[in-house]
Amino acid sequence: MPPDHQPSHSHDHSHDHGHDHSHSTFPSSVQGTRPLRIGIGGPVGSGKTALTAALCRLLANELSMVVVTNDIFTTEDAEALRRMAVLPDDRIVPVETGACPHTAIRDDISANLDAVERLEALHSPVDLTLIESGGDNLTAIFSRALVDRQIFVIDVAGGDKVPRKGGPGVTTADLLVINKTDLAPLVNADLSVMDRDAKIRRGDLPICFTSLVQPNGASAIAEWVRAQIAAWTS
Amino acid sequence: MNEQNSRGSHLATLLLLADSRFPTGGHAHSGGVESVHALGRMTTIAELELFIDGRLATSAKTDAAFAAAACAQPNNLVALDHELEVRTPSPKLRDVSRSLGRQMIRVALRAWPNLDATTLRSINANGPLQPIALGAVAYAAQLSPHDAALVSLHHFVGIATTAAVRLVGLDPFDVQAIAARIASRLDDIAAEAALFANTTNSDLPASTSLLADIMAEHHATWEVRLFAS
Repeated sequence: MPPDHQPSHSHDHSHDHGHDHSHSTFPSSVQGTRPLRIGIGGPVGSGKTALTAALCRLLANELSMVVVTNDIFTTEDAEALRRMAVLPDDRIVPVETGACPHTAIRDDISANLDAVERLEALHSPVDLTLIESGGDNLTAIFSRALVDRQIFVIDVAGGDKVPRKGGPGVTTADLLVINKTDLAPLVNADLSVMDRDAKIRRGDLPICFTSLVQPNGASAIAEWVRAQIAAWTS
Repeated sequence: MNEQNSRGSHLATLLLLADSRFPTGGHAHSGGVESVHALGRMTTIAELELFIDGRLATSAKTDAAFAAAACAQPNNLVALDHELEVRTPSPKLRDVSRSLGRQMIRVALRAWPNLDATTLRSINANGPLQPIALGAVAYAAQLSPHDAALVSLHHFVGIATTAAVRLVGLDPFDVQAIAARIASRLDDIAAEAALFANTTNSDLPASTSLLADIMAEHHATWEVRLFAS
């Protein structure tokens, strides 16, 4: 049995004791001053573009959204999103990363910030900006100067040892999505092992098991995004 | 030697601006190496060195002279930008240069808040051309026109050599040996470029690499490419 599909966030204590969950507060200098920016990172093929598309489908009717994609090469992901027509074409812009996707989201974020600010200005007011990383390795993480929240997407088919291997994405992302749960029996992956290891790595940070090919595969993640927007604008 | 060229030595600042880790967005570009590689003319160390030689004698030297001039003439940036634009035939390369100029301003304004970003941003809605931005940043960082020219040339060599390592898998030690071999030439070209620091706009160098402009236009249409230019 796959674990609960809702983001799990076990608590036997209250929030008001100075225990700062990274997803519970925003820096007051930026909170609410511009659109909320959420990064979506993770290895190649884990489902980042599928998640981006699903979030657009679920949220574009209630939020003004723009998307910046990062590809290792080509503008494939932006073109795929445009073909799926999840947003008007001019709300999706690709950034090219010169064979180094982690550099573009972490070490030198200038091209991404440039694209984000231009898109947000062009479509003002924007509520939510999604920045999809190019597929990378387990060490990739977004700069906190580029995004306010980050989702790390791994998949069951990549092996049930991935949560145990850790890395900053698995360990510190504001939401860990473990995708393709439907493939677990086919690749001999034990979801309970992934759940246990991810909880060891992440403590209280939420984890969401999902299968994005299912009709409502992204609904729990969309709910998490809504909660972030509510906190951002509160 | 003029006033600007005699500005004090700020070697640590020069190293900072020259460092490829200084986040100006250059990592996504190949300086034309990807196009040449696709034509089958960039498979050996010797071919990489020839490529760098050719650019140093033409477009890289022009860029360096404009960086020096922008550093020496902070009140003449609009005209300098226009002069460099008419020396850049490829619309794609102009776009690339302006995006790199914007990105240079972003980080430099944080590092050197005295940078005249208002003037730089007023030059063009898409930002100043990269050598103009670099020269203005060098001025704000108290570097000399010669320093600005040298950084411009150093960045070109760094971008081309990094791209060659990533695309071709050339021996990285051999690639750095090229950079070491041509280092004194970079000094010479920078000195030559700095001579143009106070030159009247129309007399600034105009040597370009026309094939590079043509290949950049072609490159921008590829379905699969590793680098943005």
